Amino acid sequence: MPDLSVNFAGIKSPNPFWLASAPPTNSGYQVMKAFDAGWGGAVWKTLGIPIVNVSSRYGALNYRDTRMMGFNNIELISDRPLKDNLREIEEVKKHFPNHAVVASLMVQSREEWHQIVKDVENAGADGVELNFGCPHGMCERGMGSAVGQEPNVLKTIVSWVKEVSKKPVIVKLTPNITDITEPAIAARLGGADAISLINTIQSLVGVDLDNFVTYPAVDGKSTNGGYCGPAVKPIALNMVKNCAQEQGVNLPISGIGGIENWRDAVEFILLGATNVQVCTAVMHYGFGIIREMIPGLERYMADKGFNHINEMVGKALPNIKTWENLNLNYKVIAEINKKKCIECQLCYIACEDGAHQAIGLPKGNGQRVPFIIEENCVGCNLCSLVCPVEGCITMVRKDDGSKVETWHDRTEKGNIPTTFNDQLAGGTHHWIPEPLDALKHKKSNRD
Amino acid sequence: MSEFQRPSSKKEFDRNFSQIKPFLNETQAYYESSRCLFCYDAPCIQACPTGIDIPLFIRQIHSGNTIGAAKTIYDANYLGHACGQVCPTEVLCEGACVYNHQHIKPIEIGRLQSFATTQAIIQNKKLFITGKPNGKKVAVIGAGPAGISCACELRMLGYEVDIFEAKEKPSGLTLYGVAPYKITNKEALDEIKYLQEQFEFSVKYRSPIVSKRDIEKLEIKYDAIFIGIGLGETSEIKISGENLRNCVGATEFIEKLRLTQHRVHVGNKVIVLGGGNTAMDAASESARMGADKVILAYRRSKEEMKAYDFEYELAKKVGVKSLFNVAPVKIIGKTKVESIKFIRTRTRRGKIEAIKGTEFVENCDMVIKATGQAKHVDFFSHIPGLELDDSGRIRVNKMFQTKNKKYFAAGDAANGGKEVVNAAAEGKAAARGIHRFIIGK
Repeated sequence: MPDLSVNFAGIKSPNPFWLASAPPTNSGYQVMKAFDAGWGGAVWKTLGIPIVNVSSRYGALNYRDTRMMGFNNIELISDRPLKDNLREIEEVKKHFPNHAVVASLMVQSREEWHQIVKDVENAGADGVELNFGCPHGMCERGMGSAVGQEPNVLKTIVSWVKEVSKKPVIVKLTPNITDITEPAIAARLGGADAISLINTIQSLVGVDLDNFVTYPAVDGKSTNGGYCGPAVKPIALNMVKNCAQEQGVNLPISGIGGIENWRDAVEFILLGATNVQVCTAVMHYGFGIIREMIPGLERYMADKGFNHINEMVGKALPNIKTWENLNLNYKVIAEINKKKCIECQLCYIACEDGAHQAIGLPKGNGQRVPFIIEENCVGCNLCSLVCPVEGCITMVRKDDGSKVETWHDRTEKGNIPTTFNDQLAGGTHHWIPEPLDALKHKKSNRD
Repeated sequence: MSEFQRPSSKKEFDRNFSQIKPFLNETQAYYESSRCLFCYDAPCIQACPTGIDIPLFIRQIHSGNTIGAAKTIYDANYLGHACGQVCPTEVLCEGACVYNHQHIKPIEIGRLQSFATTQAIIQNKKLFITGKPNGKKVAVIGAGPAGISCACELRMLGYEVDIFEAKEKPSGLTLYGVAPYKITNKEALDEIKYLQEQFEFSVKYRSPIVSKRDIEKLEIKYDAIFIGIGLGETSEIKISGENLRNCVGATEFIEKLRLTQHRVHVGNKVIVLGGGNTAMDAASESARMGADKVILAYRRSKEEMKAYDFEYELAKKVGVKSLFNVAPVKIIGKTKVESIKFIRTRTRRGKIEAIKGTEFVENCDMVIKATGQAKHVDFFSHIPGLELDDSGRIRVNKMFQTKNKKYFAAGDAANGGKEVVNAAAEGKAAARGIHRFIIGK
């Protein structure tokens, strides 16, 4: 059986699944319950000077039959007195000495940072996570993402923490920035032991069409919140990859953003995360989802022959190149499995209206299975993505793989389009219908 | 077969005849509508005789525009609600749903349709503005699906429309002929009321048009006449004993059931003669009325039954038994039905042959004949030039115009007996035909 245990920047946990600092880690009760259910670690709901929250705090983006595909909150950090939290951290650690308890922190002055770091370490926390990511409520007070967006300030605060901390220091980054590696590098320069990302994305999750206010509404008014849930995963994956590939960062990464099953977790790990943190999925389904995550990860590792998480970390990174280093001679073409086709013709209309007019419809009675017009197919994948049937449209390789040529190669050879009407343009020899062909059906209807 | 107790009150009747397609609640509609793939050139649309843009109305339901969905439905089919409830969706839209190809449950299109139309009807949302009056008048004979549909479309085109209905209430077969577990009387009537308020056609009830004089009067007053009178009474099968008490026609039985509900008398052992959808309805209904035993008796084999499979299944589910390849020889009894003498049959080259020496007697105390309905041939003979085909259907062209150019016909009277949805489609198309005839457009 593969070993799921993880040593994350010196913080040990029985598995890589941690709860992110958020409502599910608001109390010792919840964290104990989570550990009992199988979670490997928890980052405590952010501690600081306790705040006052509003009523009506969350909003969600539903997609078709799926609730909470995206999730948005305007809740602030812990509203509970520090001493209560410290006592509960101590109690949790007593019962679960081998599980990771990390205290998320957010204060302002150097004195406050020094005091609170000492307090939580004394309570038994295995490390601290500096919340430089919260994009709502706290940032207006000069904390949270206000820090994460200023690499110099971030670096200074990390160094304050490092002046007193004896345990590993994780810096949680905000995605509300153009280049995520800048604050990541600053964290390293300040002495951080690890980074975690992403925090939530500044957002308005929707507008109430009747009352002209965004969600969640507080007495008819609202404010921007932080966005998370499955919808943000692609953004988080890219930022994790950017930090993992940046030499100047070179820190262990805790991956966060839309993780709700083992597959999501593996994706983050393959892109350079050593462990993962989960919040929204727990807020949706409860701690029990861990029952699916652990065996799923174990089976995957066993199937792939990985004995330890470390063997997987960053495994996909070598395959992520800049665009100019992709093979321009690689050629795939869509293929429709007639036996599986349910004749919805979504591939046809997607290609026809949204891509390259490379799918045709059969003429004749009752025939509905579309066909690929190979010479028009650019191998974009769109048809295979819209197809509702598993394995019905596949992309089949057509080149023999013998000649690899990238944009970079062609640039060096001077074999790239350089003028507006250059004959080397990729679409030069590609069939494009005439504009007026679009209106032909009207004529035929009239006849 | 004591699954159903004899209903002694409206409440018990409603319980025995609970709707087989109950209304979707908002949550059901939300999830069900989310499943629609929004197919291109969707097969469900093609399968709908009225061509409702089904993926569009489902998408509208899902985006919270339920009234817009109802508009999409009514734009194509003025009997949108009735059709959502009573259409044989299994062989039409839902049967064509592409999900069937992967053995995934098709979208419940009928129920989604009724979900939208119900909202529009309950809220009495005005969806249509009738056309500018063009000064022309059309008489519509029959306030059934064909007539109502024709009237609505004529009003959209600016015609003044008077409907002449022989019975007390509108809706035709939707009210008088469809099984009660498909649509309630209230729903059927509410939809007509809803339409009438919007389209402002007049309906003259208890106004049968039967004689030559009736017709001549109409001809003077109206620019065109639409015939949507459906079929007549159950035809005689011409065997002895047919006039005994408790031997009834299916059409008459169902009509009585719809109107008087639990007060209808149903025997303890009922034999239904026939193999079509009406036979299935009559058998199911007898069972639901608490008959101890119900037997379907059909002259041909099970495979040759004209009834839809799901209708047969519905009958079987409530305990109806079947006899195939049997023909009634005579109905036996002193004053009341006591038994039927049958003879076994076989089909040879499409024709039925009785097998000598195979007679047997099956006891019963009620016989329901679902062996087809007569056409209104006498009435048709009053209309000069009107032509009928061999089976007594009014001959019409593509515009639903009869051989007498002033007359148009659609629905069962012209198609010989199809679904409500066919009548709705044809009635509307006939209105277009009338418009072309009168205005030349």
